[in-house]
Amino acid sequence: MNFKATLACAAFVASVAPAAFAGEDAELVLNGEIPIVTTAPAPAHLDGVLGDEIKSGWLFRSDETQATQMDDFDNPGMIFVDQAQASWDTVEGSEGKSCASCHNDPAESMKGVRATYPKWNEEAGEVRTLAMQINDCRENQMGAEPWKYDKGDIVSMEALISVQSRGMPVNVAIDGPAQSTWEQGKEMYYTRYGQFELSCANCHEDNFGNMIRADHLSQGQINGFPVYRLKNTKLNGSHSRFKGCIRDTRAETFNPGSPEFVALELYVASRGNGLSVEAPSVRN
Amino acid sequence: MMKWIAIAALSSVAGMASAEAVAPADVQFDDYGAVEVSLSGTPGDAANGAAIVGDKKQGNCVACHQVGALADIPFQGEIGPALNGAGDRWTEAELRGIVSNSKKTFEGSMMPSYYKTTGYIRPGDAFTGKAASEPLPPLMDAQMIEDVVAFLATLKE
Ligand code: HEC
Ligand code: HEC
Ligand code: HEC
Repeated sequence: MNFKATLACAAFVASVAPAAFAGEDAELVLNGEIPIVTTAPAPAHLDGVLGDEIKSGWLFRSDETQATQMDDFDNPGMIFVDQAQASWDTVEGSEGKSCASCHNDPAESMKGVRATYPKWNEEAGEVRTLAMQINDCRENQMGAEPWKYDKGDIVSMEALISVQSRGMPVNVAIDGPAQSTWEQGKEMYYTRYGQFELSCANCHEDNFGNMIRADHLSQGQINGFPVYRLKNTKLNGSHSRFKGCIRDTRAETFNPGSPEFVALELYVASRGNGLSVEAPSVRN
Repeated sequence: MMKWIAIAALSSVAGMASAEAVAPADVQFDDYGAVEVSLSGTPGDAANGAAIVGDKKQGNCVACHQVGALADIPFQGEIGPALNGAGDRWTEAELRGIVSNSKKTFEGSMMPSYYKTTGYIRPGDAFTGKAASEPLPPLMDAQMIEDVVAFLATLKE
């Protein structure tokens, strides 16, 4: 697929898109063919804190923003997927290899991968995010420099890999060797950071659906990451979003890629177990 | 990202003017969270209080509360109750306590404490995301609190 060429006609596509959306009751079908689960039964580990259902952030966005994600020709995030396909095939590093040398066609080799990350890596003895795994392959398989966490190259590659799982349910494991990391993330989720003394749960658990000033609060799910934000017109990793949310409580934040944010990502991902992988999603 | 609250830099003028200002650490809350004594010793200015409540860069109380008297301010939040009639429901001392440190009135409240300087987890230097050391400057100075309390006292049904 070449998204660059087809984006030129996005304006025409937009004009024939269906006009009626219904906010929190809207249904998401990508390209008219991939149904996306945006409301799912709440996973058992939540113990009812979000009620019976978990909801994708897509449901809380405006009709226009919702529409932008419905068709790949309108979704500006797909340009970055296209760029990552080129870098997938590019040889880099001392071993003279590209991702394709070992993983062939991502449509086959990466199907379902995104849905299970972050996940425990037995050999390394650590919970790995998708970004950490990509960098591990660059350093230890290709002999190339790691990419900077949550920056352009790696976030685009995460989007390419995620696209291969679109429509599949998020299913991260929280037990076994991942459990202590998951517990750490859970504790962070309920910690009231900063001078405003606000936890993730204050906003995204107790108040989803409510307006905070001009923002319509969602459940803060990450099934849509990487996310194309209209606000900064690029793809954003979940750690960058966490960083912004903590900074806005007038707190000292954590860095993308830090062990704390890896733990938080695992926990937040697990709150979305059952929602479809949607990346690259579109948000404001 | 959303800047749903931003607090103006505090002027040092307020500190100079009021020899009687009660420091954040010295505020006396009663058992129900009320504060009897004026924090600044100077009566509050309700008009200025209204400006603080509505201003994104100051109190920005409308991020979480609807205030009918400030209907011209767009995007009022719905996290806390509407403040209409707050002047009927609460005495001035109670309002002073709620604004200074709401957690003394409502246990575990989501509402920030506007006259408190210590006891935070990973306190930051305003919205920079960088670390700051306590005591932090309070979110509002003593006179701003008194102005906001004076405004809230005017909110009658
Ligand atoms: C020299 C061969 C080689 C190259 C080149 C390589 N990888 Fe890998 N990759 C592997 C191996 C082997 C594994 C499984 C290792 C493991 O589980 O620790 C793996 C695993 C992965 C996984 C995890 C799959 C899963 O099911 O969890 C991802 C994602 C991945 N690679 C992405 C990439 C990307 C992106 C590139 C290019 C930047 C790349 N790899 C380059 C060999 C390679
Ligand atoms: C003061 C309220 C507030 C707090 C506290 C807060 N957030 Fe957010 N967050 C927002 C707002 C507002 C948005 C944008 C609208 C939305 O999706 O909720 C947002 C968006 C998000 C998103 C993007 C959702 C999507 O669909 O793209 C994620 C993920 C997120 N927050 C996670 C967190 C985490 C994790 C924490 C705790 C570290 C946190 N937030 C703390 C207000 C908050
Ligand atoms: C982050 C959201 C938030 C912000 C910002 C906020 N409040 Fe509140 N406020 C609340 C909540 C929630 C309650 C309900 C009390 C509770 O926690 O149970 C409340 C309660 C109150 C009450 C008592 C409600 C009543 O009328 O009975 C008053 C008065 C009040 N707030 C004033 C203010 C003022 C003045 C400001 C700005 C200086 C402000 N609040 C900023 C969340 C907020």
